[in-house]
Amino acid sequence: MTPVDERTATRRLLDRLSFGPAPGELDRRATAGFAATLDELLAPAPAAALPDLGPPAEKPKKKKKKDGNAEKDPGAAKEAKELRARQEATAVSWWLDRMVAEPSATERLTWFWHGHFATSEQKVRSPVLMLRQNDTLRRLGSGSFTELANAMLVDPAMLVWLDGRKNTVKAPNENLSREFMELFALGVGNYTENDVREAARALTGWTVDREQGSAALDPSRQDTGTKTVLGVTAAHDARSFVDAVLAQPASARFVAGRLWARLVSADAPPPDVLDRLTAAFGPGRDIHALVRALAAEPAFVDSASTLVKQPVEWAAGLMRALGIRPSALDAEAAKSLSGGLRGMGQVPLRPPSVGGWPSGPAWLSTSAELARLRLAELLAGKADLNGLKGSSEQGRVEAVREVLGVGSWTERTRNALASVAGDPASLMAAAVCSPEYVVSG
Amino acid sequence: MNRLTRRRFLVGSGVLGAGALAAGATAVTLPQLMDVAQESPLADGAGVLVVITLYGGNDGLNTVVPAGDSAYQDARPELAYQPDEVLDIGNGLGLSPGLAGLKGLWDQQKLAIVPGAGYPKPDHSHFRSMSIWQTASPETSVRTGWLGRWLDATGGDPLGAVSVEPVLPPLFAGANTAAATLPVRGLKLPRGKLVEAVRALGSAQPGEDPQQARVAKSLTDLMRAGDVLSAATGERGGEQDSDDEERDKGASAGGNGALGAQLDVVANLVEAGVPSRAYSVSLGGFDTHADERATQQRLLTELDGALTPFVQRMAGTDRGKQVTVLVYSEFGRRVRANGSDGTDHGTAGPMFVMGEQVQGGMIGAQPSLTDLDDGDLKHDTDFRDVYATLLDRVLGSDPGQVLGGHQGRADALFRV
Repeated sequence: MTPVDERTATRRLLDRLSFGPAPGELDRRATAGFAATLDELLAPAPAAALPDLGPPAEKPKKKKKKDGNAEKDPGAAKEAKELRARQEATAVSWWLDRMVAEPSATERLTWFWHGHFATSEQKVRSPVLMLRQNDTLRRLGSGSFTELANAMLVDPAMLVWLDGRKNTVKAPNENLSREFMELFALGVGNYTENDVREAARALTGWTVDREQGSAALDPSRQDTGTKTVLGVTAAHDARSFVDAVLAQPASARFVAGRLWARLVSADAPPPDVLDRLTAAFGPGRDIHALVRALAAEPAFVDSASTLVKQPVEWAAGLMRALGIRPSALDAEAAKSLSGGLRGMGQVPLRPPSVGGWPSGPAWLSTSAELARLRLAELLAGKADLNGLKGSSEQGRVEAVREVLGVGSWTERTRNALASVAGDPASLMAAAVCSPEYVVSG
Repeated sequence: MNRLTRRRFLVGSGVLGAGALAAGATAVTLPQLMDVAQESPLADGAGVLVVITLYGGNDGLNTVVPAGDSAYQDARPELAYQPDEVLDIGNGLGLSPGLAGLKGLWDQQKLAIVPGAGYPKPDHSHFRSMSIWQTASPETSVRTGWLGRWLDATGGDPLGAVSVEPVLPPLFAGANTAAATLPVRGLKLPRGKLVEAVRALGSAQPGEDPQQARVAKSLTDLMRAGDVLSAATGERGGEQDSDDEERDKGASAGGNGALGAQLDVVANLVEAGVPSRAYSVSLGGFDTHADERATQQRLLTELDGALTPFVQRMAGTDRGKQVTVLVYSEFGRRVRANGSDGTDHGTAGPMFVMGEQVQGGMIGAQPSLTDLDDGDLKHDTDFRDVYATLLDRVLGSDPGQVLGGHQGRADALFRV
């Protein structure tokens, strides 16, 4: 294990607990040091003012046909769909702005939890509910995992996504109870099929009001009987189900492992590391304490602990480094930005399944690299690169490295970039496609 | 194929389906595959297997429907089809009304149905059960897919199998070889100095971090893919972005749309004589925990609308006549409806096998609706029996090597 130097370690903190350095930030943070930077990143962030999306799209009224059956009104359906698309674009642009502008770990953890409790607008079909979930992830994503898990289990968007709102005493629906244990809080192999069925009963009765954007428990739909979940027999409801799941020793280890994979290394943590992480996580499931423990692990500063940036991390980091605000892009560029993210395979609010996004080399497909190159060209063209123009061509290659916070170029990359150093926009576009920038080193 | 051409494709990884896979995929372009077809076309009479994966857990009981069985009607009154709604295939069974084209293939005896396919100790997790079907290893977790092991065993040529999906499905990952992936949409590179600089970024740097080396490799793959935009692959790709409410209701377990576009690509490749023996395509959206009937029927209609013309088209050429199609999902669903007018994760479900070589008919028995295992169907046929026969009869390979000594067979699938 070879530790990286403190400047690189500090840059890693910015890469993994934030979205990389803004111009000049790395110098400042490196002077302050690793420990002080960690403290600053984990300091409470100011509350976020959510954008006003307006009222949710009304469910299109159905017209009565002559035979008495209802028929969809295609005009109203189209209108509702367009409204949702505008609301979704507003919400995503607002969130990307936050990633680009907010220096604390709050947005990065919100992003992590979005991939963990992966919920997609594809089925929810309400940007209002998606934004509300996003706000909950932000408010609770730095505190107690117990509270976060409780909130997610009865979150309106989640109740739509995993059919929790259709789960009633008459006939339980297992989608939410299963995925909660398998993917959110416990891990596959740590529960039985009977636990899934019993837990579904514990989660019965929740309803969603799309107009109000809220969830409520309807006692007439709730199963108040005795259930046995993970060996605990009680008249379980959502909260006591969470308690039963989180009381399992496998739960803390599972959650710590998920954060490790995204923030530290693609190689699974050894058991002694997991012991230390779960000790820090503690009975209160303190997320910040767990993040501190992750950053304190020798592996966090091991030179081998490199991670391929996810597309959104790459794009947000790039816009942060270049001083671009996503919401300030003109309509055409905004469309290219969302098309670029789609082409790279990662659109916020639309994870591909409840399992979240893949990691590591799965992002490196031919078509995704092409989308990356196109987006790099677009954003480099929108950036103010006048600062580069004063330098010599050789000086520009190093100046771009500084702007992006890359430690050093390989000879290969230095030579490649030198060939386009005459044009600052091409230089920047090529630099951000380089292996040194695409991977958080 | 000459050695040089072959070596062009044997270079490392473009896409990796999942982190746990052993080998990564090689990205190829349609013109590259067509070049190979010119140089060394598929031998006449060589079988070709097209695998269609239905993601999300397709409800078998509303696909091959025991509509006349009172236990079926009682278990899911809101969801059940009436006998006069389904397409009768005898023995009290009928196909979903969405499968009119497949009913035609059934009548022509080109469709074999394995109604009760599964495996011992079924797992109800999408991700685990799909992994079991794709690795063909119910007992232990392995890092290779069944057709990936077939690729390993038959010389390690990544062009032996082609995935027309954006990411490599685990079934195509071998220990040493992974199938090639072909994006449904073409690739068109920008031109000029920037692209030349990016090409230079793709060269190997000795001693570089492995992740960075992978990025460099993917840039090289992109350049190799070249400035190709094919009408055959580009025209219908846009369907993937379609906003389809019925489909989206079952979307929480992943998978693709635009099955017709994927199968068009496969048909073009087969007819051109591309020497690939196996293709993978997929359709997602089958996780129908709620409001199932319309959603699933809509998806089966899409499957039928893509698959029927494909099978008919294949029947029209000598190469196409060697094609056999396999359709499966990671599990069926619970017998009893769940009160959301949907069904939860179940166990056994039907497999479809079709083509000119296939002996149409029922393989094995429809699972009992009264002799259940904790509310779930008991499987009648191990899915590996079907795999074994496909490996032998379509791919001409020894199944024992690929399936870890699994003994079962489903030889009635093919005409003698």
